[in-house]
Amino acid sequence: SRRVSPELLPVRHICVSSSLWKKNLAAAGPQKFTQEFIDKQVEEFEIGKRHLANMMGEDPETFTQEDIDRSIAYLFPSGLFEKRARPVMKHPEEIFPKQTAIQWDAEGRPFHFLFYTGQQSYYSLLHDVYEKILAMERHQDKMRNKGLLTSETKQILLTGSRWLLKEEIEEYLVENISDHDYMRLIQLMEKLLSMPYCSLEEEFILKFRKQLEVQSSKHEIPALQYDPQGVTFSVADGRRKTAKASITLRDSGSGNITINGRNYLHYFPLLQDREQLMFPLHFVGMLGRFDVEGSVEGSGHSAQAGALRLAISRALLSFVSEGDVEKMRQAGLLTADPRIKERKKPGQEGARKKFTWKKR
Amino acid sequence: MNLHKLSSRLCPTVTQKFRHLHIQSSGQQLEAVAMETESTEPNPLSVFRTSEQYPTYHSERHTGQYYTLPPAHIQKLFPHGLPPRFQLQMKTFNEGCVMVRPPVLELISYLKKADYSKPPLRYILYGDIGTGKSMSLSHALHYCYTQGWLIVHIPDAHLWVKNCKELLPSSSRPSRFDQPIQASQWLKNFKITNEGFLSKIKTTQQYVWTKRESTEKGQPLGVLVDQGVNRMKSSSDVVGAVLRELRLQAGGATEGEGAFKLAVAVDGVNALWGKTSLKKEDRTMCEPEELTLIHNLRKMMKNNWSGGAILTALSQTGSLFKPQSAYLPSELLGEEGFDNMEPFVPVSVSNYNEKEFESCYLYYLERNWLQHPHGRSEEGKKELIFLSNKNPSILERLCAFL
Repeated sequence: SRRVSPELLPVRHICVSSSLWKKNLAAAGPQKFTQEFIDKQVEEFEIGKRHLANMMGEDPETFTQEDIDRSIAYLFPSGLFEKRARPVMKHPEEIFPKQTAIQWDAEGRPFHFLFYTGQQSYYSLLHDVYEKILAMERHQDKMRNKGLLTSETKQILLTGSRWLLKEEIEEYLVENISDHDYMRLIQLMEKLLSMPYCSLEEEFILKFRKQLEVQSSKHEIPALQYDPQGVTFSVADGRRKTAKASITLRDSGSGNITINGRNYLHYFPLLQDREQLMFPLHFVGMLGRFDVEGSVEGSGHSAQAGALRLAISRALLSFVSEGDVEKMRQAGLLTADPRIKERKKPGQEGARKKFTWKKR
Repeated sequence: MNLHKLSSRLCPTVTQKFRHLHIQSSGQQLEAVAMETESTEPNPLSVFRTSEQYPTYHSERHTGQYYTLPPAHIQKLFPHGLPPRFQLQMKTFNEGCVMVRPPVLELISYLKKADYSKPPLRYILYGDIGTGKSMSLSHALHYCYTQGWLIVHIPDAHLWVKNCKELLPSSSRPSRFDQPIQASQWLKNFKITNEGFLSKIKTTQQYVWTKRESTEKGQPLGVLVDQGVNRMKSSSDVVGAVLRELRLQAGGATEGEGAFKLAVAVDGVNALWGKTSLKKEDRTMCEPEELTLIHNLRKMMKNNWSGGAILTALSQTGSLFKPQSAYLPSELLGEEGFDNMEPFVPVSVSNYNEKEFESCYLYYLERNWLQHPHGRSEEGKKELIFLSNKNPSILERLCAFL
């Protein structure tokens, strides 16, 4: 039968990551994007990057990906909520999914010796790791023969990192693997780590570990300012649903709280709202110490209380030690609540409620 | 125990006769109560309690301390009088303890120094919601009672302008409306409070109720009150007559058996000049002026008599059509009310200060009201301060479920 070459087929370039659709990549058949096509895209991307830099009046040589993102957001402002639906200009390697090249030659003979296992990259990786284990054992024997066997060997630092997840391994190998396979791979890597002299393969192992970022370093601590009377105070904002709050936290000895010019007892007659205000101060243990003067607008009483709570926690960051900042983050005081009112859909009564179901 | 000895020491200084009758019984009752409460403490008197039962002797050194209301006095003086939440607390704790606070001490000092041959001074207790205006009024009233005054106490004037089931057209005047249930209820309570005076005061004129019933001149007040209690139809007019008699005879102006001082205490006085929620038969709103009881009360509020004092407290909680943020006299009384009540002595009541809060907290601890173990710690106390902002009523409601 006639094979139509891929370039003549109308190919729709769908920029979707393959892991979303769980397609069997290795058995997908002939690849959709040829290597020349991808190279051409890369070239076009580079030229486009230089044009963009010229348009924005910046130096094309030192134009990074962040600058590209910024410029595209400026030139094509989008109000879409889904970040992935907005216009994007990235390197073709990030956009086009990784596809396997043709794995057999013109006569139909596969290139790789493990092709007939079905998961050639996975098994070849297992083979590589086992090779390394054997090499390490031989190295150990050699050292023992020479008499240089030391029990204290350099250990690889593994804190602050984790093994790659199954999805990430799949992306690396461009193959689908099962849970069992993934477990076996991790067990083998652990065995490699347990041997002495594993520091020789440090670079290889770290390829499969991902660094975890320390979350608390991301928070911006508002600056401590000084009153003419010498009282320290800090200013912070907070938001919840549609309510916006802005407060000034003063380090005087009393515990007065004024919101929109009224006492908090009058503004929040409900106990629950006052408990929300109390939470950050009580958690840090500085209940009677601060004076709060705040203004809040929008939404309802509960959202306003939540917004004030977030603002107070943020303002407290400048009065509190590093360990307490981490504790507050873990308590959830510093996270902005992302929940908003869900959109009403057509054909339904509300966001989730459906019309009465009639059988006929 | 010490309390009994103290009260017997106070005996010689007391001049009124009928208090002697009460002291014996109240002393014994107090002993019984004291036995229960003091089993845990080695000190008979804790920091926040005072043994001084008579408000006459309360002074600045007693501020922040609780004094116990003698149960006999409670039964006589406040058959309907105390705020409902306080009544619940009394039932739970088996005793009625009131805190001595500066506004009341101020009020009592004015009462002591006032000249009773001149027209009565009007005192208005005002303040934020839940700061203790009704309780302060009750405390001052207890002082008047222990001094032997005649008490006219309307516990809540708002009850007379709303939720009345029966509204009858007045028997005496065509444009007025009667409230028989409220009037007869009040007369019953008046009888309980002022039993001693009922036989002494005589009527000055004849009152005709119906074709067959009338009260002659010179009859004791008790007969008038019974007339109102038995015959519901004319009870509102009886109330008016009683108030008129008291006004005429308060300073000892007419011939009567000895002068007595009259204390008129109205809680929620802003109801007299506000709006009502009652409707006439043709579905138009009733004005307060058209209600007999309110009309007579307004006459009492004027200072055209002598020999007594008018103690009032404002109240937003029961008021109709007033915003919650209003607490000043000008806001709650309205123009008409303010003009009528002027000139008056304003007394402001505010939230607890540090010492008073401490004392309230210790009182609840002593009565085992704060069950949660965290409530007894220092941190728990700070939480309570924050959540209630030292407002008495909010603190009470908060501790109710702790």
